[in-house]
Amino acid sequence: MGCVESMNYEILMRDGSFKECRAYIKEHFTEYIEVQPGFKILDIPVIGIPPIAIGLDRDFIIFPYTKPCHGTFLLRVEDTAEAARLRAVKKST
Amino acid sequence: MSGDTSVQPATALLVLGCPQVPVQTSIALYLISRLKRAGIVPVVAGNKAANMLLVIADPDRHYLGEVMDLDRAIAQISEKKRDFDRCFVFIHNDAGISYAATMGAISHGKLFTLVYGEHVEDLVSQIEFPCTTIAAKAVHNPLPLKKALDEVAPWAA
Repeated sequence: MGCVESMNYEILMRDGSFKECRAYIKEHFTEYIEVQPGFKILDIPVIGIPPIAIGLDRDFIIFPYTKPCHGTFLLRVEDTAEAARLRAVKKST
Repeated sequence: MSGDTSVQPATALLVLGCPQVPVQTSIALYLISRLKRAGIVPVVAGNKAANMLLVIADPDRHYLGEVMDLDRAIAQISEKKRDFDRCFVFIHNDAGISYAATMGAISHGKLFTLVYGEHVEDLVSQIEFPCTTIAAKAVHNPLPLKKALDEVAPWAA
C-alpha cells in the first residue's frame, strides 16, 4: 500500500466535500478518468462516492484523498508511469 | 468420512469516523457488546485517535477484539484479501459518506450507516447507495442513537 506522505504532492483543494472535488476535476481538466472506490492510484485505494473522477494533466494525476478528520483533499502528483497507466486503463474501458 | 465441518462465526467491521463527536466511542462499545452477544465477531477499523479511545477505555479487552488501521482495512478489502458479513460505518461528516460509499462498493457485507452529530438530516439526504441507515441527532448524549440502533437491531438481521 502506498503512502501519500512519501509523495511530492500539491494540494489543489482542502476542506472541500467529495462532490466539490469531483466537480473541480470535471470543470478544470478536460482529460479525466472515472473509477470505482478501491481503485488504486499510486498504490493507494481511492475513497469516495462512485464514480470517482481522476484528472490527468500531462504527467500529473489529480485525485481526491479523504481522511476521517480532515475531509477530502484534492491532490496533484507528478508520476509519468502512473499517468500512462491511467490513460491505458481509460483506453481499455 | 472425515472433514472440517466447523462453521466460521459471522463477522462485522466497524468503520470509525473522526472521534471529535463524543457519542462514537460509546456507541461503538455498545454495538460491539451486542454483536458479541449475538455470536458475531466484531473488528474495529479507525484512525489512530479513534482506535486509541476504544483501546484505552477497554484495557482488559472485555469488549474489543481486533483493532486495525482504517487505511489497511480498506486496502485488504479492496484487494479481496478479506471481507466481513456486516459493515457499520460511523458518519458525522462528508468524509463519513465517502467511506460508507466506498465500503458499499468494495465489500460484499451488509452495509449499515450510523449517522449522528449536528447535521444528521443533511448527511442522510446524501446517502444515495444501498444500505440500512440508523440516524439520530446525538452529539454528547448517546441515548438517541442507542434507541435508533436498538429499533433496527442489526445484530439480529
